[in-house]
Amino acid sequence: MDHECARLLPAVCAVLADPGQPVADDTCLEKLLDWFKTVTEAESSLLLLQENPCLVELLSHVPKLQDVSARVLSFSLRLAGIFAAQEDCFQYLQQAELLPGLFGAAGPLGRAVWAVPTVRSGWIQGLRSLAQHPSALRFLADHGAVDTVFSLQGDASLFVASAAGQLLVHILALSMGGRAEGHTCPRDDDWPMCAQKIVGHIEESLCSTDTPRVTQALNALTTTFGRCQSPWTEVLWEQLSPLVARLLERDPVPAPHPLVDLLLCVARSPVLGSSDRGPWETAAQALSRLAPPQAGPLALGVLKLQLCPQALRTQAFGVLLQPLACVLKATSQGSGLPGLLDGTSEDSVVLDALLSSKSSCAGLLCRTLAHLEELQPLPQHPSPWPQAPLLRAVVTILRLCDGSAAPASSVGGRLCGTLVGCVRVQRAALDFLGTLSQGMGPQEQVTQVFAVLLECLERPDSSPTVLKKAFQATLRWLLSSARTPGCSGLGPHTALFLPELFPVLQKRLCSPCWEVRDSALEFLTHLSRHWGGQADFRHMLLESEVPELTRQLLQDPESYVRASAVTAMGELSSRGLHAAPTSPEHPEAQQSLLPEFLHILSADSEGFPRRAVMQVFTEWLRGGHADVARDTERFVATVLQVVSRDLDWEVRAQGLELALVFLGQTLGQPGPHCPYTVSLPKAAPPSPLAEALGALCRVRLFEFAFRALFDCDRPVAQKSCDLLLFLRDKTATYSSLWEAGGSPDSASVEAALQRWQAGEQDQLLGDLEPEAMLAALRSVDLEGLRGTLAQGSDHVEKSPQSLLQDMLATVGILQENQADCY
Amino acid sequence: MKLYCLSGHPTLPCNVLKFKSTTIMLDCGLDMTSTLNFLPLPLVQSPRLSSLPGWSLKDGNAFLDKELKECSGHVFVDSVPEFCLPETELIDLSTVDVILISNYHCMMALPYITEHTGFTGTVYATEPTVQIGRLLMEELVNFIERVPKAQSASLWKNKDVQRLLPSPLKDAVEVSTWRRCYTMQEVNSALSKIQLVGYSQKIELFGAVQVTPLSSGYALGSSNWIIQSHYEKVSYVSGSSLLTTHPQPMDQASLKNSDVLVLTGLTQIPTANPDGMVGEFCSNLALTVRNGGNVLVPCYPSGVIYDLLECLYQYIDSAGLSSVPLYFISPVANSSLEFSQIFAEWLCHNKQSKVYLPEPPFPHAELIQTNKLKHYPSIHGDFSNDFRQPCVVFTGHPSLRFGDVVHFMELWGKSSLNTVIFTEPDFSYLEALAPYQPLAMKCIYCPIDTRLNFIQVSKLLKEVQPLHVVCPEQYTQPPPAQPHRTDLAIDCQPPATSYRRAEVLTLPFKRRYEKIEIMPELADSLVPMEIKPGISLATVSAVLHTKDNKHVLQPPPRPAQPTSGKKRKRVSDDIPDCKVLKPLLSGSIPVEQFVQTLEKHGFSDIKVEDTAKGHIVLLQEAETLIQIEEDSTHIICDNDEMLRVRLRDLVLKFLQKF
Repeated sequence: MDHECARLLPAVCAVLADPGQPVADDTCLEKLLDWFKTVTEAESSLLLLQENPCLVELLSHVPKLQDVSARVLSFSLRLAGIFAAQEDCFQYLQQAELLPGLFGAAGPLGRAVWAVPTVRSGWIQGLRSLAQHPSALRFLADHGAVDTVFSLQGDASLFVASAAGQLLVHILALSMGGRAEGHTCPRDDDWPMCAQKIVGHIEESLCSTDTPRVTQALNALTTTFGRCQSPWTEVLWEQLSPLVARLLERDPVPAPHPLVDLLLCVARSPVLGSSDRGPWETAAQALSRLAPPQAGPLALGVLKLQLCPQALRTQAFGVLLQPLACVLKATSQGSGLPGLLDGTSEDSVVLDALLSSKSSCAGLLCRTLAHLEELQPLPQHPSPWPQAPLLRAVVTILRLCDGSAAPASSVGGRLCGTLVGCVRVQRAALDFLGTLSQGMGPQEQVTQVFAVLLECLERPDSSPTVLKKAFQATLRWLLSSARTPGCSGLGPHTALFLPELFPVLQKRLCSPCWEVRDSALEFLTHLSRHWGGQADFRHMLLESEVPELTRQLLQDPESYVRASAVTAMGELSSRGLHAAPTSPEHPEAQQSLLPEFLHILSADSEGFPRRAVMQVFTEWLRGGHADVARDTERFVATVLQVVSRDLDWEVRAQGLELALVFLGQTLGQPGPHCPYTVSLPKAAPPSPLAEALGALCRVRLFEFAFRALFDCDRPVAQKSCDLLLFLRDKTATYSSLWEAGGSPDSASVEAALQRWQAGEQDQLLGDLEPEAMLAALRSVDLEGLRGTLAQGSDHVEKSPQSLLQDMLATVGILQENQADCY
Repeated sequence: MKLYCLSGHPTLPCNVLKFKSTTIMLDCGLDMTSTLNFLPLPLVQSPRLSSLPGWSLKDGNAFLDKELKECSGHVFVDSVPEFCLPETELIDLSTVDVILISNYHCMMALPYITEHTGFTGTVYATEPTVQIGRLLMEELVNFIERVPKAQSASLWKNKDVQRLLPSPLKDAVEVSTWRRCYTMQEVNSALSKIQLVGYSQKIELFGAVQVTPLSSGYALGSSNWIIQSHYEKVSYVSGSSLLTTHPQPMDQASLKNSDVLVLTGLTQIPTANPDGMVGEFCSNLALTVRNGGNVLVPCYPSGVIYDLLECLYQYIDSAGLSSVPLYFISPVANSSLEFSQIFAEWLCHNKQSKVYLPEPPFPHAELIQTNKLKHYPSIHGDFSNDFRQPCVVFTGHPSLRFGDVVHFMELWGKSSLNTVIFTEPDFSYLEALAPYQPLAMKCIYCPIDTRLNFIQVSKLLKEVQPLHVVCPEQYTQPPPAQPHRTDLAIDCQPPATSYRRAEVLTLPFKRRYEKIEIMPELADSLVPMEIKPGISLATVSAVLHTKDNKHVLQPPPRPAQPTSGKKRKRVSDDIPDCKVLKPLLSGSIPVEQFVQTLEKHGFSDIKVEDTAKGHIVLLQEAETLIQIEEDSTHIICDNDEMLRVRLRDLVLKFLQKF
């Protein structure tokens, strides 16, 4: 602790100990605790207390106060815990007989203030910090703290209850800690008293008919197995698993969610999950006993395990597939479902869940689809993966949702009535359908998938969110169908699908709903990014009105749409797809987009389109777009000039990105700052340095970067700093030829820089020589600036000293206010 | 209480309700789908239509070739279009006391009813309903009268001939009752019988029932009706909407506690969401116009067109279509656009508040001002000078059988650049297009029907909880084309009672009470006696006087003063029996106490037997039997009147008298 803090500390302690001086803001107490935690991590707590007797005074004084504020009491409890975590300091506090007054029966436990949740929470957290050594265990036993923790498990405050559960597990682990390594499998009988007591309590709770108690026990066990990987946990599980299994025999099964969590946690435990004594039997029993909504997460968890008996995996996958199998069974004419759970009989429960209400049906299907979606990309996903039946199920669900399915059975009819127009299920199904594109499927099914996607995109009453998902799924299917082995070009499905897709896309680009126009533009951007080089695609796109419509959307009233249109047009233009065949009405179609984009950059009132333009420009510069390559210098100069005045910091930052690309092209690529980086051969070798610097001056890059260096937005300044550092390194050899200082030009630059730093940003530098710029560049302490910028704007305010001062000042202000009242 | 169902069309209802002593007609919609069987009436001579071949029977018999023409495999009647009227035989329509109109679409058969059935009653409707209804009728008459057709086909209607015709003519129902359109004179006469009403206004019908219109949210001035007596309430829901469009929102609360709710006029396209359809409309319009094509929107001159124009007002600028002219062509276009702006009190809150700014409630005023929207009575005259393409034309009639739309279909049908967008849900677009086939122009079907869908209905029914629901049979089962869509039917408990055309329903509901007033002087003379806490009774002798369905209890006439000795006796014979009445008894007899009392009064050897209905007290000595039951007591003794009276008085002691 530094001297200044030590000087302020007694006053702060006095304020805290004085009930007449309320602490206005409890975030400062939290900050104070954080600070003490870092201090005690670095130095001895005992020393700290000895050097600052005010702290001991505070801890002894606060619990004795009659009208103590709950916040301060809670703070003191937690603070004492932090100090007592170190055994020598614990002994010191014990000798001073401080700890019983805080955590024992004499403490807040029996007083009215105990009713405040903060105090109970502080008590638990204090003990949680304190319980780090055997002496602490004895202390807990002597003061019957464990019994209090038991009762706090059922506390009305969820935070307190949860913390109590955590503390219990911590104490158990601590008491077992000493013996974990030595004995491989100690018997329960010779476990420490404290551990036996806790285990006994958990056993009792597991047998209770009171569901909250069962929940507490299960949660405590989950935490235990999640946290402790010592051999004793195996004994514990062996002892408790029959009780857990017995829970599954009850009807209804109590606390199903915590039960699932526990089983999965045990299964994931390296001690238990890999052994024969693992929770496999119990998990199998749970899968068959739990209701579908709870069995789903368990099944998913089981399937995600690396090591697990195959029989259980099969069962879990069956549970996961059950709702989809039910849907297929209810809607298909023939009986039996080739490929997906042939001949399962136990689907009545699932069916009940599907048919009982709209919300339960939608909930179950959405969860199932989400689980399968999560499972599919995993390396351990079930194999063989039932791709074809799953595709059929998803297509059926989508058809049920849009009302186009014609189920033969009455159950199917009811399902249709329940699901029709259900946007939630539609979205989940489309997401999963997109994921399934990784696996493809039989030809006729892929045709069906494209048909259902097209229908979804075409339907006038598809909601904007569904459309967005439909576009995403379509894109994934299009791309994966083009990847089919042995297929050149777009692939047979795509070639058939695209001619139907373009009219839909055209219609969606004209939608009165901006979200729809936006998703359609995003879709177009992705599509042309992937297929811009495909002759068939180019032909179809240019035949359609899509490029023209996209161009018109640059004037859209909605800024997001304008931004997406800019991105899309930028992409189309990069690939020479922006100009639709000329028509007499639209002679401007062939014109370059550059002036239009520059106009947006300088005139658009919203930030998004301007940011999009800058991204496109950067890409164009990077990719050597024809419009840019025609006169790169003029392009960069114009853009930087416009951007430097922009009000949006992201646009300015993107301007620096563009400047960096330009720098790279003129001086060589900026690589990572590593001396061993091998520079790759360039298409065009960097021009001689003097010429390059001349170019930088002509585009006014220096001026732009220097100005950005003093930008009021830190990310811009940081970026500029990096850029200038790179520039300085690159030009080091060159500038050494010119001795710094002396040049009147450089003096005027430095003067301008100082004025800019002071906030006068409207000064122009005028035309300057590269040498003057380099001199100015060297005169700025860029490293120092980078350090300052990295620190963050609140580094001064964050210091403990400032915190202590603030606390004192607040009290002072409060007192002044009180005085004003009279 | 009976309901006579005169129309089979669920959205163009015509029902007659007999309630108490009144006969009330609920709406009189005109089913115009019959006109789809006729050839269009072209405004300008159409060589294509006039050169269609006549239709002949399979055996080559061509006796119908003057009446029936064939076009792309369909057969049409070449005659003045005719409409299918509501049933007129089911009930004598001259007995109808009043007609309640719920919206302007549901009054199109009014002239047929008021002018040709001997109807002498009153029609009730709101002001916008009447004014816009008049516009619709005027447009209809105008469309048909301005293309006079010499021929009126009737041969095909012969039942034996009709049987030989191809579908759909073969299956057309009651063709003999189809009628030509009414005249303007009949329209005026019919409308003169209408009495204007306002929302929530209570209208007494002969003292028997009270009718009240409520806002239904569907169209300007559209209403649902409540028909109630003192103890019964019937709600009539027709063409209602919960969407926020231009009309005043629907009043649902007043429909609560109905004994019977007659539900008609739900959306005709339950699978199409109006929002999605409007989006579709705009997208397709923009695509066509950008391509240099024209857009034709067949529509009614009022209603959805206001919403479409409002949508376009916002959309055209953003879609870069500001320079595309919008044309609205109808003989009543001007009146419709202007009327819509003056019915401020009938509009939704948003639009009402604009009036105070003051601004026109509908933005089409601005479209007209800026020359973006132009309206014309017909294609003749100014329109032909101003006409500029590409453009968007709104014009009638949605059936495509008459009106200016026929001309545009002939004009634009050949080019695939043009698009016809159907927004009115009343006619099947494929049938409407049949006489124009083969057609090159694009056809888009985006029916916009803002009326209640089945989800909204089920919410509404849960909210207002009527005891019984009565609805057209079409609403009780899924649409025939989608039998699995069980969600597209009314689902309520108890199940709805359904009706079909020409059916008479006895409503599942009995009247149990009637309100009777007591004259003050009679009420004054009553002496109520409290029987139980809170319940007092009094006997009353009075004369029940009934006039105009109101019942009043008046004091009984006093016995006339004797004027002469001779007459006195005769007069007193005539006077109703006004003797002092015996008091009424109430209460029950506690058997044990009664036995004790009997013993106290010297009776002995008393035996009590329990029976199914009460008790029998046997006085064996006196050979007497007292039967005590819940509502009667009998004393049976052998000719000993003295004993009987003694026992009677003992019984009476336990009962209250008043």
